[in-house]
Amino acid sequence: MMGKIDVGKKILSANETYALKNSQFLTARGKRCFNIISSPGSGKTTILVRTITDLSAKVRIGVIEGDIQTDIDAERIRATNAPAIQINTEGACHLSAAQVNTALDKLPLDALDMVLIENVGNLVCPSAFELGEDGKIVVLSVAEGDDKPVKYPAIFARSKALLVNKMDLLAGSHVEFDLERVKVDARRLNKGIEIFPVSAKTGEGMQNWYDWLTNQVVSRR
Amino acid sequence: MHETMVAQSLVEAISQEARSRQVKPIRAKISCGELNPVNDEVLSFAFEAVARGTLCEGMQLQIEHKRLQARCKACDNTFTVDLHDTKCPSCGGGDFDLLPDAPLLLEEIEFVGADDGQD
Repeated sequence: MMGKIDVGKKILSANETYALKNSQFLTARGKRCFNIISSPGSGKTTILVRTITDLSAKVRIGVIEGDIQTDIDAERIRATNAPAIQINTEGACHLSAAQVNTALDKLPLDALDMVLIENVGNLVCPSAFELGEDGKIVVLSVAEGDDKPVKYPAIFARSKALLVNKMDLLAGSHVEFDLERVKVDARRLNKGIEIFPVSAKTGEGMQNWYDWLTNQVVSRR
Repeated sequence: MHETMVAQSLVEAISQEARSRQVKPIRAKISCGELNPVNDEVLSFAFEAVARGTLCEGMQLQIEHKRLQARCKACDNTFTVDLHDTKCPSCGGGDFDLLPDAPLLLEEIEFVGADDGQD
């Protein structure tokens, strides 16, 4: 006997099952959730620290931190008095929805408006794993170069917002970076993507990002 | 991406189907989209390693890559996107909507009866 079985099954369906659970859990409680993805060193944690501090009167933010090792990032978040749960992936290159599911249980959700997930620094793998978020936010720092949307299209195609960080480095001509090229390339992949050129260090451009983020909560309330 | 994890999930899914039907799987067809591609060589290597000692040992994988599609807003033409030169091939327009990327799918499993390994 020989034959064929038509399966048509999603190969990563185990992750998607957990992602759906997380999404339903957060939606039922009226909480917004974003999944922040970038290369290592783009300034995700610095952006989070400044955002949490500057928005503390308006939006109560809790953080899930993903790193291969250490709880350095969670400690930096906790220094702002915001709750942070650290996940150590111990080698894995992305967070999984099951890990986020466990972390969500540990966050004091009743005291929060929004959960921000800082994924493992990696521009490739995290884009393939839904965590149950309302949207992805990609961070690109100018020192990484303006060719990243073309080289790593998946994450730019799938994100709601792009933060172009470390804009202050352009002032001293320390790096060559064509912001217009990034805008054109990112919008070619993703017409609706919001683009915020910022410096989390100087605060430049951060207000537009805050307005957008605050609106996400207001639209859910 | 994470081909070993994909290989592991494949072995589990195929073994489950094969066990429930009491057949021996010999070939599987999977497909993936352009934004989350798998590398054929790496996945085949990982699959061979993970499948060792399971029902899937010795199976062949056939991997189909599905290109990203878009629909032109000007002329409604659906076309395959070239990510580096994105224009509608029909009218030359640059305003279009990307269609959802194909998911990573286990499409079909070919098998022989478990009893004799032959037809």
